[in-house]
Amino acid sequence: MQKKINTLVACAILAVVSISCIIPFILLLIGSFTDNNVIINEGYSFFPSKWSAAAYEYLGKDLGTMINAYLVTIFTTAFGTLLGLIISAMLAYGLVHNNLKGSRTLNFLVLFTILFNGGLVPTYLMYTQLFHIKNTIWAQIFPSLLVNGFYVMLLRSYFRTNIPQELYEAARIDGASEGCVFFRICLPLSLPILATVGLMQGLAYWNSWLNGLYYLTDTKYYNIQNVLNRLLLDIRYLQSGFFGDMASELLATMPTDSVIMAIAVIGVIPILFIYPFFQKYYVKGITLGGVKG
Amino acid sequence: MMLNSSKANKSSKSLMRRFPIYLMMAPGLIYLLFNNYIPIAGLAIAFKDIDFRKGILKSDWIGYKNFEYLFKTKDALIITRNTLLYNAAFILLGIVFGVITALLLNEVSSKRLLKFFQTTILSPQLVSWIVVSYFVYALLSIDKGMINNRILPLLGIKEISWYTEPKYWPFIITIMQIWKTIGFNSIIYLATIVGISSDYYEAATLDGATRNQQIIHITLPLLVPTIITLFLIHVGRIFYADFGLFFQVPMNSGALFSTTNVIDTYVYRALLQIGDIGMSAAAGFYQSIVGFILIIISNLIIRKFNKENALF
Repeated sequence: MQKKINTLVACAILAVVSISCIIPFILLLIGSFTDNNVIINEGYSFFPSKWSAAAYEYLGKDLGTMINAYLVTIFTTAFGTLLGLIISAMLAYGLVHNNLKGSRTLNFLVLFTILFNGGLVPTYLMYTQLFHIKNTIWAQIFPSLLVNGFYVMLLRSYFRTNIPQELYEAARIDGASEGCVFFRICLPLSLPILATVGLMQGLAYWNSWLNGLYYLTDTKYYNIQNVLNRLLLDIRYLQSGFFGDMASELLATMPTDSVIMAIAVIGVIPILFIYPFFQKYYVKGITLGGVKG
Repeated sequence: MMLNSSKANKSSKSLMRRFPIYLMMAPGLIYLLFNNYIPIAGLAIAFKDIDFRKGILKSDWIGYKNFEYLFKTKDALIITRNTLLYNAAFILLGIVFGVITALLLNEVSSKRLLKFFQTTILSPQLVSWIVVSYFVYALLSIDKGMINNRILPLLGIKEISWYTEPKYWPFIITIMQIWKTIGFNSIIYLATIVGISSDYYEAATLDGATRNQQIIHITLPLLVPTIITLFLIHVGRIFYADFGLFFQVPMNSGALFSTTNVIDTYVYRALLQIGDIGMSAAAGFYQSIVGFILIIISNLIIRKFNKENALF
C-alpha cells in the first residue's frame, strides 16, 4: 500500500521536475514560431497572440551561412570524434601492457593530465604562436578536445577487465600482428565502451564553442555554437555583414527576435533527436565517469 | 648454443612485438605532450613580462611582479570569493537535489515511465550553455523577456533590468546550474541505489519495516559513501568554474561582474579582451596551483575512505 502511494507521489513530483527540465526548450520553439512584432510588443511567451513561420522562411532564403556553420559542426564532430577515439583507444591499448618498458611512467603521465592543467594562457599562446592555429579549421578540432586523459583511462580499464587476456595471447601465438590483435580482437569486443566514449566526445564537439571563441576572429570556420554565441552577445552583429551582402536589404524585413530563437532550435534539434537512441550509453558514461570525477 | 640462439631470437622477437605497441601509443602521447605538458611548462610565463617583439622565450623575467599587481586589485578577492561560494552552493544543492531525485526515481516501478523521466531530466545536460543562455534571455530580456512582460505585471511589480542588476545573479546562476546538472547527479546516485543488494530490503520487510523506513534506514545510509566521494571530488574542483555558465548566461554584461566574475572568466577577459597577458597568466597560475593542491588533497582523502573511487 505504502509502496503504491510512494510511487504515485514520486511520479507526481518527477512529472513537475521533468516539465521544468524541458519547458525552456518549448519556450525556444514557440519563440521561433512567434510573429516578430508580437515579440517586440508583448515579449516572448508560451501563448503568443500571433504565430508565424517567418523566421524559418527567412533562414531558408539565406541558407548559406547556416549551412556553412552546420557543415563545420558536422565535419569537426565526425572527424574529431573518430580521430580522437582511435588515438585514445590505441594509447589505452598500449597502457594495458604492464610488461612494457616504461609502462608505469606512461600510465602516470596520462593520469597526471587529468590532475594538473596549464590553463588558458599558456595553451592559447602555444596554439597561436607555435602552431599558428588561429582562424583555421584545426582550431575547432585540436585544442583540448581531441584526446582526453580521462577517457583514455576509461578505455584502458575496459580493455583490461572486460576482455580476457588469454584471447590476446592466443591470437599472438597464432601469429597475429599487434595491429591485428588491436583491430580484430580488442576493438570489436569493446563496442560498448567505444560507443560511450564516442558519444561523450561527439557531444563535446557538437557543443564546443570555446575554441571558436578563443581562436577564431574570422567567421568562416564558425560552428553553430559560435554563430549562436555571437548572435546573442551582439544582435547588431547581423548588420555587420555576416549574413552576406544581401544583409542590408534583408535586414529591413528580417524578423530578428524570432530568427535567433529559430537558429537556437536548429542547433539543438539534432541532439535531442538522436539522444533517446544513445541514452543507454550516455547513462553508462555518466555512471562510469561520475564517481571517478 | 641452441638455447642461447633461441633466447636471443625470443628477445628480438619480443622487441619486434613491442615496437608496434609503442608506435600505436605515439599519436596519443604526442598530443598530450603538446596539449597538456607544454602548457604546464608554460605556466612559467606568469613570472615574465611577455613582449612579442622579443618572443616568449626571450622576454624578461620579472619575478613576482604580475602577482603583486593581481593581488593588489579588488578583482583578485572578488573572483576567488565568487568561485568558492558558487561552487560551495553547487556542491551542497547538487547533493540534496540529486539524492532526492534519485530516491524518487527509485520509487517509479514502470520501466517506461522511468526511462521517460530519465530522458527528460537529463536533456538539459546535453545542450551547451549557449543554448541555455538563449532561453534565459527569452525569460529575462528587459524589453522582450517573458518575466518582465507577463509575470511581473501580474504580481504588480515594476519591470526589472535583469542584465544590469548584480544582486539577482547569485540566484539565477545557481538555479541554472542545478537545472542543468540535476539529471547527471541523480543518475549517479540512482546507480548506487540500484546496486544495493535486495537482501537488505527482504530482511527488513520480514522484520516489518515499512517502505519509507527502509528508505531512511537502508537506502540513505548506503548512499553515504557515494555522497562523500562525489562531495570530495567536487571539493577538489572548487577552484574551477564553468566558463559558459558565468560568461555566456549573464551575456558578458560588465554591470554584473561583481557577482558573475570568476577566475576562469577573469583569465579570459584579461587575456583576450583586455590583452593583459601578465595579469591573466598570474591568475591562471594561481588557479592551476591551488586547484592542483586541492585535487591532490581530496583524492588522498577519497583513497583513505574508498580506494576504488580514487583516481590514483
